[in-house]
Amino acid sequence: MKSTHVLKGIYALWYREFKVFLNERSRILSAVFLPMFWYFIFGSGVGSITTTGVNYQHFIFPGFLAMTIIFSSLFNGAYIVWDKKIDFLKEVLIAPLSRTTIFVGKVAGGMTDALIQAFILIIIGAIIGIPFTVVNILYTVFILFIFTIGLVSLGLIIGSFLESPESFGLVSSFVVYPLFLLSGALYPLDTLPSWMKILTHLDPATFAVDGLRNVILGISSMSLAQNLSVLIAFDVSLILIGTWAFNRMKL
Amino acid sequence: MVTLKFMETATPAIEILGLKKSYGELNAVNDVRLSVGRGEIFGLLGPNGAGKTTLLMMLATLLKPTSGDARVNGYSIISQPSHVRQSIGMVFQDPSSDELLSGYENLKLHALMYDVPWKAIDQRIDTVMSLVDLSHRKHDKVKTYSGGMRRRMEIARGLLHQPAVLFLDEPTLGLDPQTREHIWKYIESLARETGMTIVLTTHYMEEAEKLCQRVAIIDYGKIIALDTTQNLKNQLAGDVVTLKVKTLETATLHQLPFVRKIEQLDGRLQITIENAGKNLKSLLLAAGEIEEVQVRSSDLNDVFLHFTGKEIRETEGDTLEHIRVMTSAKQSR
Repeated sequence: MKSTHVLKGIYALWYREFKVFLNERSRILSAVFLPMFWYFIFGSGVGSITTTGVNYQHFIFPGFLAMTIIFSSLFNGAYIVWDKKIDFLKEVLIAPLSRTTIFVGKVAGGMTDALIQAFILIIIGAIIGIPFTVVNILYTVFILFIFTIGLVSLGLIIGSFLESPESFGLVSSFVVYPLFLLSGALYPLDTLPSWMKILTHLDPATFAVDGLRNVILGISSMSLAQNLSVLIAFDVSLILIGTWAFNRMKL
Repeated sequence: MVTLKFMETATPAIEILGLKKSYGELNAVNDVRLSVGRGEIFGLLGPNGAGKTTLLMMLATLLKPTSGDARVNGYSIISQPSHVRQSIGMVFQDPSSDELLSGYENLKLHALMYDVPWKAIDQRIDTVMSLVDLSHRKHDKVKTYSGGMRRRMEIARGLLHQPAVLFLDEPTLGLDPQTREHIWKYIESLARETGMTIVLTTHYMEEAEKLCQRVAIIDYGKIIALDTTQNLKNQLAGDVVTLKVKTLETATLHQLPFVRKIEQLDGRLQITIENAGKNLKSLLLAAGEIEEVQVRSSDLNDVFLHFTGKEIRETEGDTLEHIRVMTSAKQSR
């Protein structure tokens, strides 16, 4: 296959995901407002009883960026289940494209959706007083970009194994909540009991949250290089699993 | 004027070399061999569950055969699947477009996946959409299309990359009679104007008779007859007389020289005779006491009955079809 055909194929799948995304404005709204809801209510409530060195609402903002990315990236996997159900997947799988190309195109589409939502949240954050600068926004987007590759892949892998949108909702919530709650989005890692510390370090989202907190607020428990290497390892392994999962997928 | 160009080579459009697909004990497709020439409209006729769609899915490389091989546009479905995919257009039985996108967007997506040159995309979309009379609706979302329009849009989509062979899986399933006539008209004009090879599956006799030059009758995964529609009908040339009689005694009727074939069906006799105009009277005299008489010329349904021993309508096709239509209606988001 010509390399231009591969690129065109990736663009084709991205084009479709993006068009569908633009059509589902309610999803964009809920993806942005759910974290804001948490941020204000949970942030003010718990913030009044905890001390983290900085304003608690500022402290959890990177966590909510990660939350938006986790929810919207994984949710993308539901599309592949939906595509199976409406038989659209047949049209895609019968095209002269390799499954790897299809997978990469879908990942690109899902990443675009997730990053647009994160970007809206960054703008809201800047308005409500999170200390954003041009430089740390670039770092933030970079970390989110790296993090979302693995997450979208994870959603697609789950979707490739399932047949009904209902079961996708169920299975993905078993993944989404541990990812979010163990990530240190809501609490500092340094003061945790050691068993809990081990659990949080098994969660890739921990490294994204820590990295985001580092670049936005200047507080962190690990170095940015550590965070990024774990996230990149997470991406590489999920891309490999995802390519395998798409190749085994039957109609 | 519509202009589409197709690959012309000496090889047949399709050559099936003993394809077989088994699911455990069940042979869904059992050692099928046939060849379809360039520019032919070829029909696979049989009841639901006969193996037509399975055969099509194997030719389209969506399903791996248990054994055997086939060449589509000269390419092996086993060793050159991506060449095969580039050579074929497929219109599935069930709608397979994204209804949240417009017709134009669905077609653009298809053109990109099949590597249609960037500059040619919009112009080709216009060409195929006008071929199926959908130009005026191309920017509307597919969910606003009727069932017939959606099928037409998907036929247009199958043509975008100028395939050598177009597969149509039950092209008019679940459509009302008027829409069905329309689709037939489009398929006929498509074949006339492009000279493209078209392979379609159907369980509608009328459809096979109206569209196809040659037909393979397929039942339980096997081809049981393969010929031009005319030749198949000639094999049981003549007229079909259906008699409701007091006694189902056929011995004397068999003696008559003009009687070709006698079958019993629902307590009636279905008798194929030569030249009903001349011989009907002698037949009726020989039959004894008669309650009802019907005479008509033979059609493909008789051919099917002749080869399989059952009527195509008798099979559970219609119930299945009904269920399918119900499910696809439920799936709209």
